[in-house]
Amino acid sequence: MPDAWPLYQVIGPEANHPDRVKPEIAVKIFNDMVLLRTFDEKTINLQRQGRVGTFPPSLGQEAAEIGSAWALEPEDWMAPSYRDHGALYVHGVPFSHVVLFAMGKGSSIDGVARVLPSSIPISSHLPHAVGLAMAAERLNQAHIAIAYFGDGGTSEGDFHEALNFAGVFRAPVIFFCQNNGWAISVPVSQQTATPTLVQKASAYGVFGARVDGNDALACYQVVQEARARALAGDGPTLIEALTYRIGPHTTADDPARYRPLEELEQWTGAKDPIVRLQEYLEGLGILAPGEALRIRQDATVFVNQAVDDALNSAPVEIHSMFEHVYQTIPRGLALQREELERIHGAMAGKGGLHG
Amino acid sequence: MAEMNAVTAINQTLSELMAEDARVVLLGEDVGKNGGVFRVTEGLWNRFGARRVVDTPLAESAIVGSAIGMAIGGLRPIAEIQFMGFLYPALNQIFSHMGRIGQRSSGKFRVPLVVRIPYGGGIRAPEQHADSAEAMLVHTPGIKVVVPSTPYDAKGLLYAAVEDPDPVIFLEPIKLYRLGRMEVPQGRVNVPIGPARVARSGDDVSVITWGAMNHLAMEVAEDLARTAGISVEIIDLRTLKPMDTETIAESVQKTGRAIVLHEAPRTAGLGGEVVASIQEDAFWWLKTPVRRVTAADVPYPPFAWEDWYMPTKERLAGAIREALAD
Ligand SMILES: Cc1ncc(C[n+]2csc(CCOP(=O)(O)OP(=O)(O)O)c2C)c(N)n1
Ligand SMILES: [Mg+2]
Repeated sequence: MPDAWPLYQVIGPEANHPDRVKPEIAVKIFNDMVLLRTFDEKTINLQRQGRVGTFPPSLGQEAAEIGSAWALEPEDWMAPSYRDHGALYVHGVPFSHVVLFAMGKGSSIDGVARVLPSSIPISSHLPHAVGLAMAAERLNQAHIAIAYFGDGGTSEGDFHEALNFAGVFRAPVIFFCQNNGWAISVPVSQQTATPTLVQKASAYGVFGARVDGNDALACYQVVQEARARALAGDGPTLIEALTYRIGPHTTADDPARYRPLEELEQWTGAKDPIVRLQEYLEGLGILAPGEALRIRQDATVFVNQAVDDALNSAPVEIHSMFEHVYQTIPRGLALQREELERIHGAMAGKGGLHG
Repeated sequence: MAEMNAVTAINQTLSELMAEDARVVLLGEDVGKNGGVFRVTEGLWNRFGARRVVDTPLAESAIVGSAIGMAIGGLRPIAEIQFMGFLYPALNQIFSHMGRIGQRSSGKFRVPLVVRIPYGGGIRAPEQHADSAEAMLVHTPGIKVVVPSTPYDAKGLLYAAVEDPDPVIFLEPIKLYRLGRMEVPQGRVNVPIGPARVARSGDDVSVITWGAMNHLAMEVAEDLARTAGISVEIIDLRTLKPMDTETIAESVQKTGRAIVLHEAPRTAGLGGEVVASIQEDAFWWLKTPVRRVTAADVPYPPFAWEDWYMPTKERLAGAIREALAD
């Protein structure tokens, strides 16, 4: 039986799509993937040192994160989940904000437009992306919305409602699902009885595409194509990017409890998305010998700076917890703020709790 | 000025708002061609078209969730939930997102969204069509909740809700949809979100209430004034969140007696919050304990039981007499 959902590939012996990525973009994608890997490794260490809280790394998913986001235009809307700081970075969110977020110091998106706060309840942001897309379309704006989520997210009701809605209204939205094999400790085989996730697109009358999620150039192209379809009025696309979560679910998780080491080993080494892209670009002469090493060294400097910026940030103040809840703070809420400032402000003054 | 009921007042307001501002869109189940199951959106689909009066699939979470996205994306969506009993699939969106986006985006985004919800009982409705779950909503930070009890307030509060930069839940007491007409002017009516309304002034006892119960309270107050010379003050909260505790305190400081009246179940109902605010702001003025007249802590029963489940005039009058006897 022919495979109804062929895997879209650009890199590798089984490539079934021509490479249409400009060399300079390919190098930028490689650069950002290295940055993301470097950032994740650094932040995991910070967590071990107790300097940031729980952190969900995207180790192994750099191609899907970075390749997909490079296909967007700045005015496209992004609705990310908690593991998408790679895509956020490409779309304009500095890594220092991601560290601040991991430090419990607030928003993941300060100062950046067109990116929603990372959604924590699984798949609950998919309807937002649909609404953003419907708004753009109604306001005659030529941009799309993209939602990022995982394999586990396809089991939630909001996944169904969002795809169904998007299909009915032909909303210019992309549902970018990273099938990384696991939802914490539950394998994708226990998430659904269907052999693929992408085939669910058929049920909603939306376009589906299955892409090699460790092939950064394929991820880039497949999103670019979905984006063009959306803008042409041809509606939404569900993309299943097949990848693998090399690391733990979060720094609080121990995958040894539930996942065989042999499975992990299959996805590291030659299948590593950064290794794959580096070899490919070096083979084409797009990356000169030694350039990858320089990119890695620069990444370390860059990431250290971003982390230092966050670690050196001023302590938070009580009032900012209240500040943006409403545009204008209601009287009763202002009284609550004053009460806390009276109590804790005094303690801080004496070198107390929050000094 | 034309006399009209609440359905017409809301319909007229929606029509005016949509004519004024092309960003205003309606979405919900059966709101389009059918004009809504209560006919609140009658004629709007014809006038403004299917792109602005959107019949959605049957999916409450997506209705509220996509409306959140639309609001962030620059529209002024007004979503309708067909009955409050069917709001619950959308509670995740309300609890998890609607009121959090402002804080979670450090003020980068606001959610100027209105969710209209017909609610409340006493109408012999089928099962699960008469819930009064306002307390859950009021408990949720970051949103506002309003309940008009007159056609005039319906118009004014709807204007205020649509113009508000933050998400507003607009509760429409089903029982009042066609009960009573009053003069409502064309065009903008000014009823800000926040201030309560002294629906009737009096000296002996304060009844604090909202929604359809306001009418019950008015009837009881008139009866008691006529038959027993009792002077009842009625506070119609109108906005449940943020609550106008100042008007409540002022009234109770004057009368020294308070009764909270609501049609929702008693335990952890909003009445408890009103009692707490009275305790904080008017304790030393109280001549008698604050009383609650509410529905019972049972699921809203089939309507053969409705008249026992809901507060009645007798129960409210009894509570008022007790308070005065202390
Ligand atoms: C509604 C909801 N239920 C449970 C959780 C707890 N939780 C956080 S991540 C996660 C697994 C998600 O897996 P998947 O969607 O595959 O994304 P991944 O973590 O692999 O990126 C769970 C159960 C949650 N955040 N939200
Ligand atoms: Mg997963």
